[in-house]
Amino acid sequence: MGYQGHFRVWRGSAEGGGLEDFTVEVNEGEVVLDVIHRLQATQTPDLAVRWNCKAGKCGSCSAEINGKPRLLCMTRMSVFAEDETVTVTPMRTFPVIRDLVTDVSYNYRKAREIPAFKPPEGVAPGEYRMQQVDVERSQEFRKCIECFLCNNTCHVIRDHEENKESFAGPRFLMRVAELEMHPLDEADRVQQAQSSHGLGLCNITKCCTEVCPEHIKITDNALIPMKERVADRRYDPIVWLGNKLFRRS
Amino acid sequence: MRAQIAQRTLRTDRWWLPPLATFAGLLLISIYAAVRTFMGDYYWVDDYRYLTPMYSPCLSQECLPNAAHFGRPLPELPGFLTPPVVIIPFLLGFRVTCYYYRKAYYRAAWMSPPACAVAEPHAKYTGETRFPLIAQNLHRYFFYAASLLLLINIYDAFYAFTTGIGLGNIVLLVNVGLLAAYTLSCHSCRHIAGGRLKHFSKHPVRYWAWTQISKLNARHMQLAWASLIFVCVTDLYVALVASGTIADLRFVN
Ligand code: SF4
Ligand code: SF4
Ligand code: FES
Ligand code: FES
Repeated sequence: MGYQGHFRVWRGSAEGGGLEDFTVEVNEGEVVLDVIHRLQATQTPDLAVRWNCKAGKCGSCSAEINGKPRLLCMTRMSVFAEDETVTVTPMRTFPVIRDLVTDVSYNYRKAREIPAFKPPEGVAPGEYRMQQVDVERSQEFRKCIECFLCNNTCHVIRDHEENKESFAGPRFLMRVAELEMHPLDEADRVQQAQSSHGLGLCNITKCCTEVCPEHIKITDNALIPMKERVADRRYDPIVWLGNKLFRRS
Repeated sequence: MRAQIAQRTLRTDRWWLPPLATFAGLLLISIYAAVRTFMGDYYWVDDYRYLTPMYSPCLSQECLPNAAHFGRPLPELPGFLTPPVVIIPFLLGFRVTCYYYRKAYYRAAWMSPPACAVAEPHAKYTGETRFPLIAQNLHRYFFYAASLLLLINIYDAFYAFTTGIGLGNIVLLVNVGLLAAYTLSCHSCRHIAGGRLKHFSKHPVRYWAWTQISKLNARHMQLAWASLIFVCVTDLYVALVASGTIADLRFVN
């Protein structure tokens, strides 16, 4: 059964803006994005919203619903009471372009700062041989749909704009972990994680894990293992000595 | 420019409840542990050989001779100090540098952040990049120390069976079971067991250990709380029996 739902949507641009109230029809089985589309179709033809797949796979529709970072297309209206006001705002951490659309280029910049996969010398593409158990661990990270909800939620940059310079965000620290765990990658990722990508700024409070729509265990499986590897290299004299004596790697 | 939103958060759920509950829980347990530590008494039941984990091992001269399973190599402690002060730095260090407890108190006590998507009150933030928080990287050393203390607790629990079986024995046994599960599920343990390897295929045994520990590790938070609360329960039980407040329920004498 349909009903008239109350919505508050942030409208504006970099120059300014605010929350505006709307009453929109909501039908059974709908998600928040459906309602935003109805709003666009019936009341605010110029409302800007980014979306592509409506299936939780393209990562375009990231926003904040009742203050929680979520995908608009994967948030069912049935999780809200009929008399509840649903507040929809753009991601806070990135500059707003218009209405619900933000400029996420910070993320692309951070992606480019990570050196590419580096296979062993003399092994050409097509000659890569790996065991399944060795690649398994990093495959979890490849489920990422690049919605950047994790980077948006991470307080390191959400609450401290100045840290954007030195912090790659959970999404890209996870990318570093993925390469570090790759059986054929030979670059030194561990030192870089700490010195160039800001791993030390993460205080493992797990908000990235909480909001990830792909349910990737970012903190437990990528960030903490990287912190342990950094500890091996930089803060653990015993491991350091072991490596020297037995030439392990 | 970011979207202009004045509110610190637009969350409508009770986001403040988990940090508040965590804070209250940690505070209560700290108070209990401090009181019991400085009480310096009721930690040993001579008849049934129950020793509370908070006083194990008991190493200084003021320990009751029977409770000192490894002798009393340390001299009498000065002033108001009691036997647990020798081991507490390691036990406390282990919990304080634990990745789970770090999350818990960074959120609950330091509010950095209090909850996800709720702005923190601090103007500056350097995370774990500097002293003192950079010392969190020493967690693995506390893990080694805590493992050693765990072995001693296990010894104590089994030693208590030499007089028969009572409810106290079951309590001690459950306690070491939970402590062992918590210690094994540690992120540093997971890393040391196999997580640090790049090629699991070359180390089948460590790979197996890593997969098992990973399963436990997924429950690390639950184990952290269960083991912490149960240490207090165990200590309270021993204290009640030792002080004669209650009698131990005996199954086999
Ligand atoms: S766990 Fe680390 S990276 Fe993830 S949100 Fe928290 S501080 Fe940011
Ligand atoms: S890790 Fe999860 S939250 Fe972060 S960008 Fe990828 S899918 Fe989104
Ligand atoms: S529209 Fe593709 S993830 Fe929502
Ligand atoms: S991570 Fe919690 S005990 Fe090591």
